Amino acid sequence: MNNAVHQPQTVLVLGGTSDIGQAIVSALVSPSLRRVILAVRNPDTVDVGALSFGSAEISTVAFDAADAQQHEQLIADVVERHGDLDVVIQAFGQLGAPGLEDPVAAAELATVNYVGAVSSGLAVARRLRTQGHGTLVVLSSVAGVRTRASNFVYGSTKAGQDAFATGLGQSLHGSGARVMTVRPGFVRSSMTTGMPEAPFSVDVGDVATAVVAGLRKGRSVVWVPGILQVVFGLLRYAPDVVWRRLDR
Amino acid sequence: MRTRQLELSGWGRTSPSAARLVVADADELDRTVLDELAEPRGIIARGMGRAYGDPAQNAGGAVVRLARGPIVLDPRAGTVHVGAGVSLDELLRHVVPRGFFVPVSPGTRFVTVGGAIASDIHGKNHHADGTFGAHVESMTILLADGTRRAITPASDPTLWWATVGGMGLTGIIVDATVKLLPIETSRCLVLTERVPNLDSLLERMETGDHLHRYSVAWVDMVATGAHLGRAVLTRGDHATYDELVAERPSAGDDPLAFAPAGLAAVPHGMPNVLNRLAVRAFNELWYRKAPSSHLGLESITGFFHPLDMVGDWNRLYGRGGFLQYQFVVPFEAVDTLRTIVATVAASGHASFLAVLKRFGPESGGLLSFPTPGWTLTLDLPAAVAGLGGLVGELDRMVLDAGGRHYLAKDATATPEIIRAGYPRLDEWLEIRRLVDPTGRWISDQARRLDLY
Repeated sequence: MNNAVHQPQTVLVLGGTSDIGQAIVSALVSPSLRRVILAVRNPDTVDVGALSFGSAEISTVAFDAADAQQHEQLIADVVERHGDLDVVIQAFGQLGAPGLEDPVAAAELATVNYVGAVSSGLAVARRLRTQGHGTLVVLSSVAGVRTRASNFVYGSTKAGQDAFATGLGQSLHGSGARVMTVRPGFVRSSMTTGMPEAPFSVDVGDVATAVVAGLRKGRSVVWVPGILQVVFGLLRYAPDVVWRRLDR
Repeated sequence: MRTRQLELSGWGRTSPSAARLVVADADELDRTVLDELAEPRGIIARGMGRAYGDPAQNAGGAVVRLARGPIVLDPRAGTVHVGAGVSLDELLRHVVPRGFFVPVSPGTRFVTVGGAIASDIHGKNHHADGTFGAHVESMTILLADGTRRAITPASDPTLWWATVGGMGLTGIIVDATVKLLPIETSRCLVLTERVPNLDSLLERMETGDHLHRYSVAWVDMVATGAHLGRAVLTRGDHATYDELVAERPSAGDDPLAFAPAGLAAVPHGMPNVLNRLAVRAFNELWYRKAPSSHLGLESITGFFHPLDMVGDWNRLYGRGGFLQYQFVVPFEAVDTLRTIVATVAASGHASFLAVLKRFGPESGGLLSFPTPGWTLTLDLPAAVAGLGGLVGELDRMVLDAGGRHYLAKDATATPEIIRAGYPRLDEWLEIRRLVDPTGRWISDQARRLDLY
């Protein structure tokens, strides 16, 4: 159960090797946190001993975002082993900018980032509704708010995931379960090493802090940094010629 | 029996969860109905929802609210037989005009008799009269197997003392016979004193509490420095008929008049208005308007339930809700009490008026909160950043001093904190497993604190 100051006891991270996912768990550490489950593609490659989240017991479970068939069973198994899920973080996802010449790679990206988000998101939501409480935190991106020439495939997967998550949140209203959609700008992490930084870049710690604050305030959408809500509110309506010039 | 699906929260409006709320007469809850309600995630009883945290919620399961039930006064014995779903408000409206008062009254009339027993509540007279449970002579409890058992402290001591203060986790209390307090008037004669700092407050309470049935201090938790712990101390007794007419001759015509009216309700959608600035201003005003020393008559509502005059006052904390943090530390740990007052005052968190009280002996309930010592109650807006850290710091100080936390107020504790504060927890768990082997009675709090 979450307590009154929004400290969870059990946290599941889908995409448990994600820097942002782990940073959020670190920010959720409190005397209440007892169990952290990292759902990762290959549990053998994760050195649990090297991780530490307060006094929480850490475990791993095999999870393939692209394999929609297994998601429902995976959630059922985790609940069977660890009980109610207080916070579930959907942190998996791939970067990549496949172009016109690589439709197969684009489809793979879409399968992980969008299709995987839908099937795992529904499996989680179903469980949260049954247990009558809990929050699904979905890591979306501002890249989906208005897609750019330089990474429109990725942006489109995030747009789909974001639309799915916000709609899912609406459908769960009154069920005790909640969805919080997080829209970070450019995040400096191992996934973006070597990439040119965009304006308003943040660190993974900033995302984690914003997520914890969002949970505390019961937000349904969180922008990181907060100013991006205003920036993208304007950029959505910028003329195409301006938008293309900004994409460098 | 009426059923609907909705989100429920405690009075603090934090951590809501969804459940099937069932309003039922006790007679309707037979074995078949219980079997059905218990699937898939158990059942918990709920009264008026005045516990602050999550003890009367059951995420994904069933929550049972008993319909009112009877109020049968036996004036000769000075007892009342009352349905567990009856509120103290309804009970007082019935018995006060007939010359009786409840043995123990909390700060609100809007709790049920069942909730009062399950939380083993206390009031301003704990140092003199103990808890509510100490005045219950018998009760009927609905057990997990669908049977009802009439019990007294003598007939079933283990089940009795696991149920008094047991947070509804041994069964649903159906009705009870409660010993009442005879009164001559519906007024109290109250001595109100303004006390400039914590040390003189503690001293006055230590030396003077025993002279009065009721005693409580409201402490300004925002004042610092020389004013740290300044307070308004109120102590009183039920006014006798002679005292009433001496003060107010006109009241002699109807000495037991009691018809409390609600004044106004706080509207929905209010933002948190109790920020540090507002709380500081309010506390200052409230301290200054108090007389340095004054003896006078007060109504039952004015003395016992002042907040009941404002409907839904919990909405003043906005959507984020609030935390009511109540602990007790032994008398000898008075230094810890001082440190805690100073820590909260310096923390930047705005605690509205805090309540300080001296507890008398324990009731015998295995999970009953009151134990001899100082008890302090703080109200804190919950959605403020860093509150978790402050609460964690206070938890450590309380436990290091040999203190404990009140389950009816708790919304943030961990299983370890409860285990450290309640040395008889294992005894209680053993009884619970005996009377409810399949864990049919369960609440969000029980899940959070491993109380099963």
